[in-house]
This record gives sequence, C-alpha cells and structure tokens, in this order.
Amino acid sequence: RASTSHQWRNPVSLLQKCQFCIGVLPDGVDRQSPSFSQNSAIMNDYISQLKSHVQKVLSGGGAEAVRRNRSRNKLLPRERIDRLLDPGSSFLELSQLAGHELYEETLPSAGIITGIGPVHGRLCMFVANDPTVKGGTYYPITVKKHLRAQEIAAQCKLPCIYLVDSGGAYLPKQADVFPDRDNFGRIFYNEAQMSAEGIPQIALVLGSCTAGGAYIPAMADESVMVKGNGTIFLAGPPLVKAATGEEVSAEDLGGATVHCKTSGVSDYFAQDELHGLAIGRNIIKNFHMAGKLGIVNELQNIIPEYKEPVYDVKELRSIAPADHKQSFDIRSVIARIVDGSEFDEFKKLYGTTLVTGFARIFGQPVGIIGNNGILFNESALKGAHFIEICTQRNIPLVFLQNITGFMVGSRSEANGIAKSGAKMVMAVSCAKVPKITIIVGGSFGAGNYAMCGRAYSPNFMFLWPNARISVMGGAQAAGVLSQIERSNKKKQGIQWPKEEEEAFKAKVVEAYEKEGSSYYSTARLWDDGIIDPADTRKIIGLCISATTTNIAPKDTKYGVFRM
Amino acid sequence: SSSPDEGNTARRIEKILIANRGEIACRIIRTAKRLGIRTVAVFSDADRDSLHVKSADEAVHIGPPPARLSYLSAPSIIDAAVHTGAQAIHPGYGFLSESAAFAQLCEDEGLTFIGPPASAIRDMGDKSASKRIMGAAGVPLVPGYHGNEQDIDFMKSEAEKIGYPVLIKPTHGGGGKGMRIVQSPSEFVEAFLGAQREAAASFGINTILLEKYITKPRHIEVQIFGDKFGNVLHLNERDCSVQRRHQKIIEEAPAPNIVNDFRTHLGQAAVSAAKAVGYHNAGTVEFIVDTISGQFYFMEMNTRLQVEHPVTEMIVGQDLVEWQIRVANGEPLPMNQSQVPLLGHAFEARIYAENVSKGFLPATGILHHYHPVPASSTVRVETGVEQGDTVSMHYDPMIAKLVVWGENRAAALLKMKDCLSKFQVAGLPTNINFLQKLANHWAFENGKVETHFIEHFKDDLFVDPSNLLLANEAYDAAKFSAVLIAACVCEKECCNLKESPPGGKNSLSIWYAYPPFRVLHSARRTMELDWDNEYDSSSSKLLTLSITFQPDGNYLIQTGEENSPDWEVKVAHLGNSDFRVEVDGVSRDVSLAVYSKDQTKHFHIWHGSHHHTFRQRVGLQLSADDEVQHKPSFEAASHPPGTVVAPMAGLVVKVLVKDGTKVEEGQPILVLEAMKMEHVVKAPSAGHVHGLQVTAGQQVSDGSFLFSVQDESK
Repeated sequence: RASTSHQWRNPVSLLQKCQFCIGVLPDGVDRQSPSFSQNSAIMNDYISQLKSHVQKVLSGGGAEAVRRNRSRNKLLPRERIDRLLDPGSSFLELSQLAGHELYEETLPSAGIITGIGPVHGRLCMFVANDPTVKGGTYYPITVKKHLRAQEIAAQCKLPCIYLVDSGGAYLPKQADVFPDRDNFGRIFYNEAQMSAEGIPQIALVLGSCTAGGAYIPAMADESVMVKGNGTIFLAGPPLVKAATGEEVSAEDLGGATVHCKTSGVSDYFAQDELHGLAIGRNIIKNFHMAGKLGIVNELQNIIPEYKEPVYDVKELRSIAPADHKQSFDIRSVIARIVDGSEFDEFKKLYGTTLVTGFARIFGQPVGIIGNNGILFNESALKGAHFIEICTQRNIPLVFLQNITGFMVGSRSEANGIAKSGAKMVMAVSCAKVPKITIIVGGSFGAGNYAMCGRAYSPNFMFLWPNARISVMGGAQAAGVLSQIERSNKKKQGIQWPKEEEEAFKAKVVEAYEKEGSSYYSTARLWDDGIIDPADTRKIIGLCISATTTNIAPKDTKYGVFRM
Repeated sequence: SSSPDEGNTARRIEKILIANRGEIACRIIRTAKRLGIRTVAVFSDADRDSLHVKSADEAVHIGPPPARLSYLSAPSIIDAAVHTGAQAIHPGYGFLSESAAFAQLCEDEGLTFIGPPASAIRDMGDKSASKRIMGAAGVPLVPGYHGNEQDIDFMKSEAEKIGYPVLIKPTHGGGGKGMRIVQSPSEFVEAFLGAQREAAASFGINTILLEKYITKPRHIEVQIFGDKFGNVLHLNERDCSVQRRHQKIIEEAPAPNIVNDFRTHLGQAAVSAAKAVGYHNAGTVEFIVDTISGQFYFMEMNTRLQVEHPVTEMIVGQDLVEWQIRVANGEPLPMNQSQVPLLGHAFEARIYAENVSKGFLPATGILHHYHPVPASSTVRVETGVEQGDTVSMHYDPMIAKLVVWGENRAAALLKMKDCLSKFQVAGLPTNINFLQKLANHWAFENGKVETHFIEHFKDDLFVDPSNLLLANEAYDAAKFSAVLIAACVCEKECCNLKESPPGGKNSLSIWYAYPPFRVLHSARRTMELDWDNEYDSSSSKLLTLSITFQPDGNYLIQTGEENSPDWEVKVAHLGNSDFRVEVDGVSRDVSLAVYSKDQTKHFHIWHGSHHHTFRQRVGLQLSADDEVQHKPSFEAASHPPGTVVAPMAGLVVKVLVKDGTKVEEGQPILVLEAMKMEHVVKAPSAGHVHGLQVTAGQQVSDGSFLFSVQDESK
C-alpha cells in the first residue's frame, strides 16, 4: 500500500507557483510520522558510511604514494581532471567505489577515475589512471571500468580524454586482464572504433605508459607528452638491457623529446604537467564538430528556464522505508525530481502498480516509469505502451526501480503474465531513446529486466545506498534451495534435522544479503555508482544532457511482440 | 589704477583654447562650459583619445607626443586658436603657462592670454631678478646670493658668507630640478657643477643662485588675485609643506597652527609682492617659514594658476578659473579684501603613478581599473584620465587630485582618509597607500607639517621589514584579503557562467550550475596568490588557498597554515567590481579589480581601509630553445659529443664566430639559408668551437659536419 498523507505543505504558495499546472504532484510525505524520522535516520547512516568510503578513495593509494607523486610534480588524477574541466563546471564521476573490497588488497576506485564533464563547452569523457594505486596498473576491474567509460563515450559520442599514467597490465592477474574479448585489448579496439566514428580520442601522457599501455597514446588522434614524467615504450630500460644489452635512460628511451621530435609517437611537447593539461584544453577547443553535432542540439526541445521542484529534494533521503518489505508511493520521489513537481500521468487509473507519465528535468523532457508494487499483466502492458510512445517522440526514459518482480501464481500464469512481461522487456530492449535507471529500492527477478536493469544497457544506471539487487529475495531463495536440498536428501534417505535446515537457510540468506547490497554491485561495476538520493534529480539531469547533446534521434524497431 | 583697454571690454571671450592637457584642461573646460564659453582642446598623438579631448567642444591635433613638439610648441597652439576662432588661450599650469614669450606672442596675435601680463611673468620668472624686486618692495628675503657673477670660487666665498647649510638652485625653472643642499664647503664644487649641468639640460640657462638653507622649514604660499584696475587681494594661504622629491603631495588651506596676525602679515607681503610687478590675474607667492624663528621669507612667485588652487577655492567658495576669465575680460575683482571669507578647512592629495618604495620614481602603465570616489559638494576629484587610459612617460604621472572640505581640519582630514581608502586604482603602482599613511600619521594629524616631514618620519611611513610584529600584522591582513579575493573570484565566475555558459544556453547549461557538482563530495579548487607587499618587495609571500564549494553556495576557505582558521564566506555580487561579503557574521563592501599583464594576473582588493594587491602566474614562460636544444644522446651516437651537423641542405649566409672562439650555450654560430628561409645554428653547449671550416657562400649538404663545441674544462 502506498503511504499517502496528501498533505500540502503550504497550499497557498504552492497554488501560486503552479497556477496553470494541473499536473503538480501532492507532497506525499508526512513529516510528522515516526516512519519519516526513522527512514531519515537509516538513510543518513547509509549516506555517512558511503561518504566516508568515498573520502577514502578520494585520497588515492595512500599518503606515501601521494607524497611520491607530488614530489614528481604530478597532480592526483581528480586534480588533473579539475584543471582540464571548464572552471566552475560540474563533473559526473562514475563508479567511484569500483573495486571496493573486491581483492585482498584495496584498490581505491579500481585505480582509474572516469567521468563526464565539459571542456570549452564540450562534454568529454575522462579516463584517468591513478598512479598512486598500484602504479596505475590494470586489474581486471580496472579494465572493466575503462571499457565501461568507453562504452558510455561511444553511446553518447563523447570525445575521450585519456590521462595516461600507468604501468600497464597487472601481471599477477594477467589471465583475467589480457586474453578475453572484454579485456585489455578491447581498450585499443574501442579507440579505433570511436576514432572511426569521428569521436575524438585524445591522450595526455603524464606518466609512464609501458608495453600495452603505449598503445593508448599511439592509437589516439592527438597526444601530448610531459617532459620528464611522460614516457612511452614497448619495453622499459630493464627489459631492453636484458633483451639487447643496450643501456639507456627512460627519458632517452621514450621521453617526450624522443617521441615529439624523433619518433612522432606524440604530437605536443609539454614543459610540465600544467602545461600539458593546458595543451589538452586547447586541443579540445580546436575540435570542430559543428556539422556533426551542433545541429542536434538545436533540435532539442529544451526549456532553458525551468522550475525547481516544489518540494525539498533533500526529503528524498526520508522516503525509502527502513524496512524493505514496506512499499512507498514512487510519486513522492518523482515529485522531488521533476521540474515544478509537475508530472502528467499516463493511464493513471490502469495498471496502477506501474506509474508512467511525462515531465521535465532541468527543462529536458523525460518519460518516467516507476514501480508502485508488483508488476501485473496490466502494469506490464501499460509499460510497453508508454515506452512505445516515448520512442515515437524521442523522449528519454527514466526508470525508477523498486520492484520485487512480476506477480506469480496460477491465476497470473494463466492470464499470460510471461507474455505481458515479454512485451515490456521487448519494448525496453529495443527502445532507442536514452535510458536512465535509478534503483531506489529493490530490484528483483524479471522486474529488473522489465525495468531496464544492467543487461538492458541503460545509458546510465545508479543505485541509492539502500538498493538491493538479486534474482529473488534472500528468504525466498533460501526457501527454494532448502526445498530442493530436502528432496535431494530424501531421495538419498537422509533425514535433515530442522536446525541444520535453518543453518542452511541462514547461510543462503546471508549470502544474498551480502551479494544483494549496493556495495557488492558497485564494486563489480554492475552499475555506474551509488548516489545520495538528494542528488538524484541533478544526476538524472546531467545524464540526460550527456545522452542527448551529441546524439541525433534514432528510430526504434521492435521485434515480434507476442500477442 | 590704469584704465583697461576699451576695445577689450567690448569683446568678451566666447571661445577659449586650453593650451594644456590632463586634469587642468578638464577643469578649465568645466568652468568654461558653465559660463557658456565654448572650448577648444589641443592634443598630441599620445592624447588622441584623452578625456580633455572628449570634453572640449573642439579639439586640434598639434603634434607628436614629446611636449616640446606639441604642448610647448607655441606656434602650433597659436595656429590652432586662430584656426578655430578662439579669442583667448588659457595655459593651465606647466608647459607654456609661465612663458613670457608665449604671453607676448598671444598679445601680438590679438589673442587674450588668460594670465598675468608678460612683463610680470618675465620679472618673476628670473629668480634672481624677482628677489631684487621683492627686496626693493620690502618683502623679506632669505639671505643669499642672486648675482650674475657665476665664478665658482666667488660663489663658494658667497656661500661661506651666507653660512652653511646652503641651497644651490638654478635661477630658472622649478619643480626642484637642479636643486642641491650643501652641508659643508667640501661638497660645494661638485654640487655646484651638477646643478649647472642639470639646469642647462632642463631649462637651457645655467645661472645659479645661493640661499641660506633653513633646516626646519614650512612651505606656505598665498593665493593672490589682481585685476586690470590695479586691485590685488589675497585669498588666504595654503600649506604645501609635505613634499617628496621637492614636489608637493598633500596641500591644505588654511595653514595649520598659525595665528591670524601671521596670516595677515603673510597676505600683506604677498599683495605687496604682486603689486611690485604690476600683477593681474591669478598668482601665488611662495614663502618659506622658519618654524624655529617664526620668520618668513619670500621664495618665489608662481605666475599662474597652481595645481593646488582647489583647496583655496574650497575655503573661499569661489571658482578661480571663473575669476581668471572675468579678469581677462577686463572685469574688476568680484570682492574686496574684507569680503574674502575663510570657511572651514580643505585638503588636496595628489594621486600619482609612482613607485613609492623605489624613491617615488614615476611609473607608467595602463589604468586597468579606475574608480575614483564619487564627487559631492565637499569632495572633488580633479582628473584627466579614465579607466583604460595610459599614463605615459611623456607627461606628468599625476592621475588625480582628491580635494575634500570639512568644517574644520579634523573633519576634513577624516573625510580625506575615508576617500583615500575608497579611491581605487589598479594597473600601475600609485602613492595612495602612502598618502593614507601620511594622513594617518599622528604628527600630520596634529598639523606638525614641515618640508622634511617624510624624511623625518620615514621609519613610521615605510614598513621596516625587520619589525616582525608589524610584518605579521600586515601578513594577517593580507591573508584575510586573499580569502575575500578567492571568494569573490569564484562568485564572479559563477555569475559569468550563469549569464553566458560556454557553448551558449542549451542543454549543457546544467553542467555550469553553481556550486559545481561532484558525486558524494564537494568540488574544491586551489588558488595561488602572490602577495605584493608594496613597501617591502622582499617579503612577498605565496598564499595557497583551498576553496571548497559548499552546497548552500558559500565558500569554505582554508590557507593550510597551522593555527589559521577556516573561513566560511558568503558573497553577493553587486555588479562590475563590487561585492558584499559576509564572514563571521560581519558583512562588508568589497571591491575587486582583476587584470592581466605580462602572463600575470593581478588582483586588487579594497575593503574597509585595506587595499592589497596580489599576483597570480598564468600561462608559462616558455623558452622556445628548451624544446629544440635538448638532444637525446643517441642522436649524436654517430658523431662525437658536441658535434653539430647541418640540419638541412642549404647555403651558409653568415658565420658569426671564428674557429676556436669560446661560446655560450645557445649562442648563434652561423646562419644557413634554405628554401628561402634563414636558419640560425646555435652552440649546443658552452665551450670552444672546433673545426669550423665553412665560410659564407658555401653550400652544405644535409647532415654534413659544421663544427663541434668542446668544453675544455672537462
């Protein structure tokens, strides 16, 4: 049941603000209720824990490594990005906690910083090695994060800026780094593909760039090297000595002078890091993509003067219930995300467990699909219908996931829930408009599919800290598994004591608890990051801007809908 | 009283040509406009876009920047007046204002010279002659020698008669040029010859006079005015004692700490002096007052309107330029001596472009930011420049005169201090901070002025870098200013981004919303500011500020120094360079000027009575050679180290050194020409040139040996 205390905070001012808008959502939050303060307390714990994890990764690979980095006149990767960005502009960092508790050793941010921000008024994808984390070497998760950034860049046609300072593949884990399709080699494959598509690929060599890493600048359209710090070679001095007996310094072997003057591997010679970053900004300034991208922007239906939501976005921290089993009205979330809290709801009275409707976020039109309970036949059909409308009209889709799954049971199966669900999954899969998924609660089973989970390639996907992702709930899984186990044991004629069964179940629940957490997900890059609920509006706004700025509308073609 | 020329009275002045520039030209134009008189400005190439040119009804170009080819070129100016139909010429001060020849020339051309008769200028222009006349008229004179005999031994004996210390002074000119103080006979010869040289160079006449040097003198002058009917009155005195480099910087009227009797005597002496030379129009009689004996002596008479005339105007409530025009028109003076009032007190502070710490050396540059205090009935700003103008080396580096009036000296002084602290100039060094220090000095506040004031109190007026207490105080104040700058710069940037985001207003605008967004942390930025300590360049200090953008739009600013607090700063941008900044519950007005010059960004901040300047390096000082000269070792592998080969096939056009010469690294050795371009071949390192066989006109092939450089010391 949706919690609804339709209380107008200040009806008079609200009415004045929205004089001619019939779609303004009611508040939907009861600030006096005990659940409000309870929810806030739990969420604030989540957020402070999250922020402390982020603070840790912001300081890179430890004080000693940072000190060594500074002593070589090198900035930390985020500082490098700050200097490249337009002054005073925003930066959408992705997967800050990738690699979190993934390996025995800590790997802050997976040793690579990725994200989107503007340079000279052009959105760019930044990929910056963190030399203070294991010398900037590539662990399997580092590769995955690098590839994910490239995937977004390719989808959104964002110029890529690689801030290279890496020792190459992490050799002890080479089996998981080197050979497979989505491993190290894919980085260069992507560079080639994007370059072929006319998406600029720029490399700034600010540190070492050894072996395979050498191909990052070599494959780039343009590259900059910093005197003294930047080196590019297929084999470093020790390997050269071993192989040929030649004794040569790193600078003479593959320094900026060699590569800018003699070999031609690099194009711009930088006196120091700041100079190199300044050259980087200049390269981007000189992009000329008017014919390719400029027009797209003009066609966007954007209202530059937008209204803020009527309700405080910070209250998004108080909506998700402390108890996962409790539901909440997704409209109270929508009311704090969209411009002026105006939401023109589509099919409001039909299939009410799925909320669909039109709104704007920072003036950009969006179609919003949110869960208000279990998906029934009607809700799935409504979802498919709404997605078709949005693809027809080139309206980006925002999925607000809080879904335990499709309705099960004989009646549901008989009504063809699988068929209805398939329709929605088909619509989601084929929709060629930008898709952004935010998991604000649970994400279980086929609900995850129909609501554009990771497998459906949303352009961006973020989690609230309370989010849970798994094929089903821990208790349900324990129930299913213990039933199977019991029947197995029964076949073998073994009696299963009650306490053993409970222990078995508890183990399953515990595993689901751990593997379903947002940290487990984000550490493995099943998403693009965990966010503060209060930032939801901002982040969706930035994502839509990133996905629509450089992309011309595409026609959507659907497969066969099972009727 | 002689009767004025009948023809002149009938013909009133309807159009004036102002043979000057800068603030005085603007000031004269203003009065002329008020009287309905049309104005003609003259200008040199350097002043084409100046304020005085824009202010005048007409303007005539009179020559290149050097004054002697433009503002001192009498024929060009007379031509301009005739050409534009001006009936009168106002010479202002300086330039031709005290040229008897020019006054005569105007008269000959039928133009009214707004000033005294040529004869009076001539009489007073020669300092020796003027003293003779004054002596005859009973005006007290400083003991001295003013004769024509200039023989050095004779002069030396005269000096001994007067008694040391003695002042050596050219008979012509002014402004302290060529003046020397001699303490003992042994210094006399050198000082005398030096004064002669300087006088010859500056004025073309090298005659010298000698005077008793008064150790603790005051400089008090009396404004006099005469009409063509022989009436002369005085408009009270001015004290101009506070001087640097023998030039006035703060003047006031009336003179402090004198009694009315003394004032009357002084005024009578001044009127007698003027009458002795048949004076009419505005003039100033300068006296030196011996503060120890209380005696006053005639020094000289300036036969023109003085720079500091506004202080007199403020205390008598009259417009002296109007008087000048009326007298020139042949009208009698508008009042008699008993009607001359003395109302309150006025100060004038001269704001100069100059390097105070480098001995007040004149400075030049662009006025990147120029916001004088607003004028009112009690505050006057006399200026001839606007923001964006250049203070050039061609003319006087005065930027403005700040004139304030108050009911009494204390009230006027308070107002002057306030105005000085709000007078904003950035782009070139000025003396404003120094003027503030002067105005705040206890001795000045008490009116204990004398011409050696600055010298006497130099320990108070210039920061002694070894005084740690003061240095720390100054540093803390500067640090706080840096914090304010950081916040204002960020806020201004925010406003600019809002108004015109890069790439225009489109779907990207959201990336430029303030405060800048970061996922789960706050955006930060560091700003490095190099503090310019105006008085002690050695104590310049680099401040590194870390600015954290708070979600509520405030700025959290940290200096990273121990025991240094964090500042939470809230800024509202009021437009242009003005901000309202709140720190620690106190909000205040802040003005910030930012400009770039020579790869450096300059920040000027004004708040309360503080003004600080900071620098920030932008861009990089890149030497082109740096990239070219570094040679990886393997390149020279086929040649011995130090070998230089031809970088391309070409013709040797010039060989600049001989074989065996010792050369510096990067020194050009020879010039090659290829593909119609010249290419300079430089020494790769310091050492001696070996094997340089090629000669001019010789063709060399690509990669052929040219020479080698060996460092013999190795």
